[in-house]
Amino acid sequence: MAQNVLVIGEMVGGALAPTSKELLGAASRIAEGGTVAIALLGTGAQASAAEAFTFGATQALTSGDATYDVFRSDQWLPAAEAAIAQASATVVLIAQSMVGRDLGPRLAFRNGSSAAMDCSRLEMVGGKLQVTRPAYGGNALATYEFASALAVITVRAKTQEALDATAGATGATSELPGPGEARTDVVSREASASEGLQIQDAPIVVSGGRGLGDPEGFRLVEALAAAFGSERAAVGSSRAACDLGWYPPSQQVGLTGKVVSPDLYVAVGISGASQHMAGCSGAKAIVAINKDREANIFKSAKFGIVGDYKLVLPALIEALKQAR
Amino acid sequence: MHLVICAKQIPDPETPPSAFKIDSNAVVPAAGISPVLSPFDAQAAEAALRLKESAGDTKVTVISMGKESAQAAIKQVLAMGADEGVLLNDDAFEGGDSYTTAKVLAAAIRKLGDVDAVFCGRQAADWDMGQVGLGIAEDLGWPCAIVAKDVQLDGSALVVQRVLTDGFETVKEPLPAVVTVSNELGDPRYPKLQQIMQAAKKTVTTWGTGDLGLDASGVGAAGSKLKLVGLAQPQSGGAVQIIEGETPEEQAQGLVQALRDARII
Ligand SMILES: Cc1cc2nc3c(=O)[nH]c(=O)nc-3n(C[C@H](O)[C@H](O)[C@H](O)COP(=O)(O)OP(=O)(O)OC[C@H]3O[C@@H](n4cnc5c(N)ncnc54)[C@H](O)[C@@H]3O)c2cc1C
Repeated sequence: MAQNVLVIGEMVGGALAPTSKELLGAASRIAEGGTVAIALLGTGAQASAAEAFTFGATQALTSGDATYDVFRSDQWLPAAEAAIAQASATVVLIAQSMVGRDLGPRLAFRNGSSAAMDCSRLEMVGGKLQVTRPAYGGNALATYEFASALAVITVRAKTQEALDATAGATGATSELPGPGEARTDVVSREASASEGLQIQDAPIVVSGGRGLGDPEGFRLVEALAAAFGSERAAVGSSRAACDLGWYPPSQQVGLTGKVVSPDLYVAVGISGASQHMAGCSGAKAIVAINKDREANIFKSAKFGIVGDYKLVLPALIEALKQAR
Repeated sequence: MHLVICAKQIPDPETPPSAFKIDSNAVVPAAGISPVLSPFDAQAAEAALRLKESAGDTKVTVISMGKESAQAAIKQVLAMGADEGVLLNDDAFEGGDSYTTAKVLAAAIRKLGDVDAVFCGRQAADWDMGQVGLGIAEDLGWPCAIVAKDVQLDGSALVVQRVLTDGFETVKEPLPAVVTVSNELGDPRYPKLQQIMQAAKKTVTTWGTGDLGLDASGVGAAGSKLKLVGLAQPQSGGAVQIIEGETPEEQAQGLVQALRDARII
């Protein structure tokens, strides 16, 4: 059955976010002949709309009002509702980002239903939309159908393929209303992201956990990443390490942190709790360095070294240097 | 002020994967896995109790929707320092989704009448949806700040520091309001033995659909529109290759070789 899908787009530095391209890919696969619309709010909306057409959007609903640049759900919500109406959408896709976490449930509740959060699979089964998401910290995979007129779905990063760009593709555009009042006032914002290569984009991610024993352990983890090549490898951490204040929360990998899907994920002193694996199970290969042979991480790893990281890491750094 | 904490009892989320079985669309924790207060809800309680201490003259009520066993979660929050407990227990509430859960909790908050702020965990650590706090706010027409690491009172507003994907944000929301709390808030307090004993003696009020003026057809499985149609255990990957070696150097060289052979580096 054809259905009209609306993607709530996001932009990074005024350009279409990679997750929005992934969502357009998913939308194109489930629309079955319906329209694929994208809503874009803030500076760069028009230019991003042009890009969105090349990634499968057939319709773009935009407002270039710079007030939208800072996400405030009070202001984005009416715009998203207007977009749903303008696109006659029956399915709404949003990334499982700070935008999706906030907007997804609110949009669903306003339509008398619950959203399906953090989905990793979307498919049409016998004309019905089915979505699958991890539950119980990733110990179970739950599949849902919607009995509501509107299906609101937030989607985990890196789980959907973007379409190959079709140069010169265009579509219909229309304007979304400008922002209204926000009850909640944003007083200040501070960025804590690391400079340079981001863990979501790095082909190699080296992560440290509570097993490092102290924050100094991260210097070794960073040195290992550098030995792989600083242009290719970034450093992540488990939640336990973040909670201890050893590494910034922006580097946390997992269910409540970031989702990474590198070619290589190296877990150092990480036990492999399901909530951590939820953020790295998309890696092509996992290497575990842990002193406990029974640690759960070895169940998901391709290669493992059983040993004390304080001895293994310096040796590994040296071996990588020699191999260059 | 009157603050409400929403608390859910769940199977221990730090349970190893092997201890879960799936049986006819339900996750069945192995025998011996104890039900616990969802960890983010303990942090929500901590946030509310910190506010009570700094604001003074504040009543804190803990609400849980669940079966009789959820009394334990309520008692735990009472022991931490909450003043009153309400259990929302009715067969009609069962099998619901986030929407129906939020509706029931919002009805209870409305019935309490004089509530200024509601504290929820950022997500229940069993289904991991992260919707109920926002749902309560939508139902009551209140603002909601999600994923908080610090909550302060400033006159008739809450100043909430939120964790973003790549940083932090401080927002100010006018009361009445909802906040959902994340682990970055810090560890929740441990109740003292005396507090645990006092909490054990407290009576917990129980409300059902009738008390809340809710229609059974709009709550629980009957009212939910997100339908669970399948539940499976994820397949675990292939076997791990342990790189052996007499020394760390041998292990390291073996690993580098294995990664090269597999064309990973
Ligand atoms: C709802 C929910 C969401 C969560 N979200 C996340 C999330 O997003 N990300 C996340 O990471 N966690 C998350 N968690 C927490 C998760 O359950 C685990 O508690 C956490 O991942 C454990 O971190 P860890 O592996 O670093 O620590 P531990 O489990 O303590 O493991 C430390 C490991 O280090 C090993 N070790 C110790 N010393 C050494 C040494 N010298 N050399 C080598 N190895 C050593 C030990 O053998 C052990 O395996 C979440 C939990 C819940 C309930």
